[in-house]
Amino acid sequence: MSFDLNFIGILIGAIMASSVPLILAASGELITERSGVLNLGVEGMMIIGAISGFALMVITDNLFLAVIGSMISGLIISIIFGVLTQSLLTNHVATGLALTIFGIGMSAMIGKNFVGIPGKEFPLLFVNLKENIPFLGPILFGHSVILYFAFLLPFLTNYFLKKTKIGLIIRAVGDSPTSASNQGINVTLVRYSCILYGGAMCGLAGAYLSLIYTPQWIENMTGGRGWIALALVVFATWSPIKVLIGALIFGGITILQLHMQAVGFRIPVQLLSALPYIMTIIVLVVISRDSRKIKLNTPTSLGQIFYKEK
Amino acid sequence: MIKIEKRNDVSPSIYFLTPILAIFLTLFGGGIIFYVLGFNPLEALKFFFITPISDLYGFSELLVKATPLCLIAIGLSFCFKSNNWNIGAEGQLIFGGIVGGGVALLFYGHDGFYVLPIIILSGAIGGMIFAMIPAVLKTYLNTNEILVSLMLVYVAKLLLDYLVVGPWSNPEGFNFPETRQFSESARMPILFDGLRIHAGIFITLITVFLSWLILYKTYLGFQIKVSGLSLKTAKYAGYKGKAMIIIVFMISGACAGLAGVGEITGPIGQLHRNISPDYGFTAIIVAFLGRLNPLGIIFASLIVALTYLGAETAQIFLQVPKYTGQVFQGMILFFLLGSDYLLFFKIKFLGLKKNEL
Repeated sequence: MSFDLNFIGILIGAIMASSVPLILAASGELITERSGVLNLGVEGMMIIGAISGFALMVITDNLFLAVIGSMISGLIISIIFGVLTQSLLTNHVATGLALTIFGIGMSAMIGKNFVGIPGKEFPLLFVNLKENIPFLGPILFGHSVILYFAFLLPFLTNYFLKKTKIGLIIRAVGDSPTSASNQGINVTLVRYSCILYGGAMCGLAGAYLSLIYTPQWIENMTGGRGWIALALVVFATWSPIKVLIGALIFGGITILQLHMQAVGFRIPVQLLSALPYIMTIIVLVVISRDSRKIKLNTPTSLGQIFYKEK
Repeated sequence: MIKIEKRNDVSPSIYFLTPILAIFLTLFGGGIIFYVLGFNPLEALKFFFITPISDLYGFSELLVKATPLCLIAIGLSFCFKSNNWNIGAEGQLIFGGIVGGGVALLFYGHDGFYVLPIIILSGAIGGMIFAMIPAVLKTYLNTNEILVSLMLVYVAKLLLDYLVVGPWSNPEGFNFPETRQFSESARMPILFDGLRIHAGIFITLITVFLSWLILYKTYLGFQIKVSGLSLKTAKYAGYKGKAMIIIVFMISGACAGLAGVGEITGPIGQLHRNISPDYGFTAIIVAFLGRLNPLGIIFASLIVALTYLGAETAQIFLQVPKYTGQVFQGMILFFLLGSDYLLFFKIKFLGLKKNEL
């Protein structure tokens, strides 16, 4: 087995591709959580996005419509979560779990007639550059437009949260909904918007899986990626740039597993798969010991119900 | 003109009636979904909720599935009542299964009445220890128990996967990802010939009774309730919060571990990758639907168990995927949580007053 430079480039390209759904879903969930809402429905919204995207691709034969449709579907299903937690003041944890359970079931029902249908080839950009430039080619080129968007998204999110007025409002709502409300901010409206945005991003993450990464529909095909995305937000201590780094680490672990299996390494693959979860627990422990680190980015009101007396 | 007011006190009748409302709304919603997907809704619902329990075998299957659900949910009620969000019961179930299963393999080929009790006990201890991880991290390091207990579910799943593929796989099993079949001495006694219902149901019923005793008749139960109602009051009353948090997690983990060991020594009889169809997560729905009340949880576990059975029947008769049951489980929780709004808020329909026109 030769570890030439081009092979390493291909490996990095593969790691990038496997981290895309994590980046998209985690960036969406990050905005939701920064507004103080904990939505455990990531897995459910992702899988709804995956089936909607695939079904629309089969029905309309139009990939653009499929991608947009998956985002709208993710958004629509997150409305259920929004109405329940924001208007009917239900518990975030229980509602999010219900959303995941419901989403997995619903996607399987919708997807019944789409099992076994082959996917369509998704256009990749700069394919000739990928093949002609060694090492950097497979890293930088030959990806789908969604991958480029995903790698831009954490920087956009960071800028949005830190430099724009709306970003500031979202953080204010997440840190202290009561004082934000006293400043005349409509907390419920802000949180609704963040929930819907998170839903759309999870939908897109799902569509990336069913349209590009493994272009077909399989029941339960998100396979726990939604939970990893959720872990990733915590792992990144609610910072968008660290989401990108974390997604590459978690995505890298997935790719590493496949290669180590192929090479016949003796480390159990399950240990590698468990690493993202174990690392997240360690990060959680570390940040909760140091209160300054928590205060930096953690939305203080995360998961708490906000009710304004009228 | 509609006016919404906060209620000062929760009326007990609404408190126990809203779950029933939620069930009816779920049936209605399920009918609509079936209709949209091109099924005759009434016929589909019949296949889902009536056909599965129309004979003795079906009824026994219902109890087989309700046994672990009820057990886990009862344990969770301790946590939820005291505002501790243990959502990792699935992991505790699996870890209990792993420890119990390991002991069962250790006793492979042994006879003796003591084998099964040791296995059951070790399963309970396994679940308990696994639940103590989020509890200890929460009490001593202030770590969020929701996320830790959730992450540990996947750690447990992967550990089980490693064991059944690797060191514990059946030496004569042609590399299938499963252990040996446990010896007869390590299996739950079957209650009736030809049915799968096993002695685990007694463990569940005894646990429900003990839980009722602890929750309603002891000082610990009182502490749990007060802590759930108001943490400030609990602190003011001088309750030692840390010990209580660890105890409720231990109870809840032990129950989940018992459920896990009940499954592997009962209907399954070995360890493999899928020892639980997400019972640990579904039990959260059971706990909520049963209003964290022991009797309520028994009823709720039967209803939620029916969604599992119904999905299996519907899979055969209607060719719908087995995940269809989750649509109903999700909807029940949606409607239940949503209808809780009626508990805390009064919706008044007022006529328009003159001065408002």
